[in-house]
Amino acid sequence: MTSLNITSTNSKLMDAVRTVVVPVAVVFAVLGIALTSSGYVVTLIGFAAIYGVFCTGLNFFMGYTGQASFGQNAFAALGGYGSAVLTANYYWDPVLALLVSMVLSGVIAAAVGYPTLRLRGHYLAMATFALGLITYEISIEWNSLTQGYMGLSGIPPLGMGKYELVNEKHQLIVLTLVMLLGVWVSVRLRDSRFGRALRAIAGSEAAANALGINVARYKLAAFVVAAVYASVAGSLFAHFVGFISPEVFGASMVILSFTMLYLGGVGTTWGPIIGALIVSLLPEVLRGLKEMQDVVYSVVLIAILIFAPRGLSGLTVLFQRKQTGPDV
Amino acid sequence: MTVLSVKDVTVRFGGLIANDAISFDVSEGMLAAVIGPNGAGKTTLFNVISGAMEPTSGTVYFKGELITGLPQYEVSQKGLVRTYQLVQLFKDLSVRANIMTGFHRVTKGGVLAALLRPRWFMEQEARIASRTEELLDFVGLRAVADMEADKLPYGQQRLLEVARALAAEPSLLLLDEPAAGLNIQETAALADVIERVNRQGVAVVLVEHDMQLVMQIAQKIVVIDFGRKIAEGSPAQIKAHPEVIAAYLGGTEGLDD
Repeated sequence: MTSLNITSTNSKLMDAVRTVVVPVAVVFAVLGIALTSSGYVVTLIGFAAIYGVFCTGLNFFMGYTGQASFGQNAFAALGGYGSAVLTANYYWDPVLALLVSMVLSGVIAAAVGYPTLRLRGHYLAMATFALGLITYEISIEWNSLTQGYMGLSGIPPLGMGKYELVNEKHQLIVLTLVMLLGVWVSVRLRDSRFGRALRAIAGSEAAANALGINVARYKLAAFVVAAVYASVAGSLFAHFVGFISPEVFGASMVILSFTMLYLGGVGTTWGPIIGALIVSLLPEVLRGLKEMQDVVYSVVLIAILIFAPRGLSGLTVLFQRKQTGPDV
Repeated sequence: MTVLSVKDVTVRFGGLIANDAISFDVSEGMLAAVIGPNGAGKTTLFNVISGAMEPTSGTVYFKGELITGLPQYEVSQKGLVRTYQLVQLFKDLSVRANIMTGFHRVTKGGVLAALLRPRWFMEQEARIASRTEELLDFVGLRAVADMEADKLPYGQQRLLEVARALAAEPSLLLLDEPAAGLNIQETAALADVIERVNRQGVAVVLVEHDMQLVMQIAQKIVVIDFGRKIAEGSPAQIKAHPEVIAAYLGGTEGLDD
């Protein structure tokens, strides 16, 4: 018994090292490198952190719950424009503007998701894609609020009360901490009755129903959580760059976030973060290749998807102790 | 006391009558079986009872309460839990995690509880964990608890599905062809589990093709053929019933050619 307990404590410790200590250490190492580098690297890593938040939310809906949404950019736009308008035009506190935009995005996600989530598979994907397109159109046409194609500028950096993070490196530290907070929240939600219900839906809706799980309600909850994450990402972007336009939250955001999610590992804790970092950095690393850049970029992406079909974070299995099963 | 009461359930698909005014009762703690040839309407009947499908007419009562027309998850929440003919496991999750999802009905807490983790939440998680280990032992899957569910051999997948359903603490367990595709040893292991579940006071209704299994463990058998109930009674009564013999052997002269 004693030896059994020791091995189980040991393996728990190993699991904690693998799932928490190592990834967090890597995040801080990347942050450290960025802080000692030029302003350009700081901007790049900052974008990666923002996309990390966005993808962690998307992972809730697509990874844990197994549903497709091509329209989460709509909620990033809501967050971005919400923060931009409230801080640049009405001089709100950035943190307050971010929180209010979060709530607004959550409410709109619930209202829009209620009818939309009755659809499944491809139809759900199409409907959510339309959601992104509609938001894009609105952000162009509602000139008085968004200034159309021109975009909104003069958005203040993140801050609270009298404190403003004027220095980009300080902003990066905050972005990284917000991203880690996002991951922490996602893990907490995943390992609970709520998270188990979501994963049941991803596994089999029939079985989830038979276990008394209200499938429609939990899908909606996952959609709202993903929207809230997207909104935060949009707000962070607005404050980090100081300028937003409809293009920022366009269809390219959908493609980029999907690449990140699948490259890093959909349904895993750190996959969205790994994906966000690599997809953000890869074009820069390959910049020296000039006209071959896009070709090599595509080849690298395809190679990763072939050799690590479960995403890069799936490769950590290689460091896991062997599962002991029966000889069958 | 009657735990399940099916009254005049009729299901029509266009011109086809899948269930034709079927009625039967299951009393508390009973192990009953619904049998019949392929296409007799057994699975349709199960879908109606579990709330996955609404009947054209007729009603179903569970513990005296009308459940016809309720969405399936609400029926399940009342303690009527089913399994499916094709195993519906959460394939990417471990055996242990599969069982843990089963406690949804008998636990509480949403996003806020998961985030704040108050004391009752942690106590509930501890209870889920220890009960999961008990269920792993109950169906004999402890040795494979960390494996992904779809890596299990088929017989163990069936046992896992039963264990997960038991996590929901049902007062009535519906098993749709639990022995389909199992070999003799696996069927015996399953029969043993079903009988032990029943001995704990859980009423069980199974739809099954495996006659030997049904005759061995069922206390009451309902036979349906072409959507109609043609017989109901103990295994001994059913074996001697002329209409049942006709249905299974294709008429009394069925073997003569």
